[in-house]
Amino acid sequence: MPNNDKLIIGGQEIGNRFFTGTGKHASNAIIPQIVEHSGIEVITVALRRVDLSSPQENILNYIPKQVKLLPNTSGARNAQEAVRIARLARATGCGNWIKIEVISDNKYLLPDNYETVKATEILAKEGFVVLPYVSPDLMVAKALVDAGAAAVMPLGAPIGTNKGLQTKELIRILIDEIKLPIIVDAGIGRPSEAAEAMEMGAAAVLANTAVATAKDPVLMARAFCQAVEAGRKAYLAGLGPTRDVADASSPLTGFLD
Amino acid sequence: MSFYDIYQEAKNIDFEQHWQSVTDNDILRILTKERLDAADYLTLLSPRAADFLEPMAQRAHRLTVQHFGHTMLLYTPMYLANHCANHCLYCSFSALNKLKRKKLSLAQVEEEAKAIAATGLKHILILTGESPAHSPVSYIADCVGVLKKYFDSISIEVYPLSTEEYAQLVAVGVDGLTIYQEVYDEEMYKHLHPRGPKRDYRYRLDAPERGCKAKMRTVNVGALLGLEDWRKEAFFTGLHADYLQNKYLDTEIGISVPRIRPNVGGFSPKVDVTDRHLVQIILAYRLFMPRAGIAVSTRERAELRNHLIKLGVTKMSAGVTTEVGGHSEKDSAEGTGQFEISDNRGVDEIKQMLLSQGYQPVFKDWQCIDGEMPGESV
Ligand code: SF4
Repeated sequence: MPNNDKLIIGGQEIGNRFFTGTGKHASNAIIPQIVEHSGIEVITVALRRVDLSSPQENILNYIPKQVKLLPNTSGARNAQEAVRIARLARATGCGNWIKIEVISDNKYLLPDNYETVKATEILAKEGFVVLPYVSPDLMVAKALVDAGAAAVMPLGAPIGTNKGLQTKELIRILIDEIKLPIIVDAGIGRPSEAAEAMEMGAAAVLANTAVATAKDPVLMARAFCQAVEAGRKAYLAGLGPTRDVADASSPLTGFLD
Repeated sequence: MSFYDIYQEAKNIDFEQHWQSVTDNDILRILTKERLDAADYLTLLSPRAADFLEPMAQRAHRLTVQHFGHTMLLYTPMYLANHCANHCLYCSFSALNKLKRKKLSLAQVEEEAKAIAATGLKHILILTGESPAHSPVSYIADCVGVLKKYFDSISIEVYPLSTEEYAQLVAVGVDGLTIYQEVYDEEMYKHLHPRGPKRDYRYRLDAPERGCKAKMRTVNVGALLGLEDWRKEAFFTGLHADYLQNKYLDTEIGISVPRIRPNVGGFSPKVDVTDRHLVQIILAYRLFMPRAGIAVSTRERAELRNHLIKLGVTKMSAGVTTEVGGHSEKDSAEGTGQFEISDNRGVDEIKQMLLSQGYQPVFKDWQCIDGEMPGESV
């Protein structure tokens, strides 16, 4: 793989294309270990869990300095709440990257694309590097490009389901049509599924549940990093075409030559 | 349409007949289903399902970890007042009972807040007896104004309010509502609530829905277990939660599973809800609603609570007193409590216990973001 194969978001180079989250771990203390053993460069944190007033409970204290913090607006039910959380995140010192997560459906936890576009528009204008989490939809992705998003994060399957790339065809269309980095977020349960997304040309993959609920989260994070890297290499190498049937040993139309 | 219509239909189900017809195979089939319907939930509450607690527990544990991770939200109740206009037969605060009545001044609320905040908790549940005269909405709102300085999330467990009143409290920073129907069986409800405004079954039943309409972030329902046949009561509670979740997708619906505890009035429960029963309720509910919150209070003993952590519970109270002012004035407040608690452990002890089980105690899981921010332009 060329050493210079870097993902660039908001002007910043990212070498490791596997991103993870912090929400479901048994202890925050595992986060530095994950980073140390996997070289993860981007970690998303729900601002709703950040407790600045308490040093032991403040999750930010567990995130190593070299890691790019991607605060998210988890808990927001509409654009207005997402915008407020984003501003709070910036005021709190979490930087200007923000993952917009607007969920107004507690049954399936599907993102509200409409409200997400609205929030993206407002925050991009305010100078945020906005990474919106959406259901994969081409028109919505185009609207996000117009709104000033820095990447688009379509779900592979609903959050926490570990069901893999259920939305594969739709994500493929986004990869083909949208010039921004497409980061597959949510639903990815296995490293092999992450590799598949990368082979398709996704720019990165984010998985939290699959890592946090593994028996050995540190090892699982490494497995994901390696799978994402392998998938990226395969994409860059250019996958050979797939065939429905094997080549006939003697061509049937050879007599025509 | 309100949940009352659903209750009217559901109460006519031939429960006994349904439960008697349940076979082992029915239960095994349900345990492999991806989505459960109300009939499946009813089946999991059957006497026969009691033989399947272990496989139900395995599934409930997996689902809970999948959706909530290894985390447990901690909160504590704060009693603002114990004045009450009702005569609930099962509660120490009943107007009939001789009890030291008390209501915290705003200065006292602040003292309580400081004492609780010192333990690190960020989520708080404020309670009053049901006396709009002593604890009007304006008083609750004033208390919230004080508490906001110390806590990130404030829930209420007070008498049922109108949608407008709930909205008023949401506007000042309340984000959660807990309101128990106590007993869903309408006849029994009338019997247990002989006098007072609480006698209005329907007004109480529709209160959680009014909370959803007023944009509470979280709404918790529950039946006080022991007042009636627990299988039916748990079924109605689950139906209620399901009804609300389907209709108000943007509200996080949860249930609580309070069992009746010793109280000043000396009321003893009609129905014995054993630990096994409680476990069956929690498991059936988790399988029915995989993403819903389940809260267990300190009504339950420490050892049982330790075990319930892996069975689907997502919220626990810690460092609890049911006395008015009990957090800051340990001596003077005694005798004003609503009921006896069973788990006296402090926040640190609960925290250590969770960590030893491989769970992360979560002190903050939301931050009230009400009020205008500079540059607000949405
Ligand atoms: S249960 Fe509530 S309404 Fe009834 S007596 Fe107790 S505090 Fe009053």
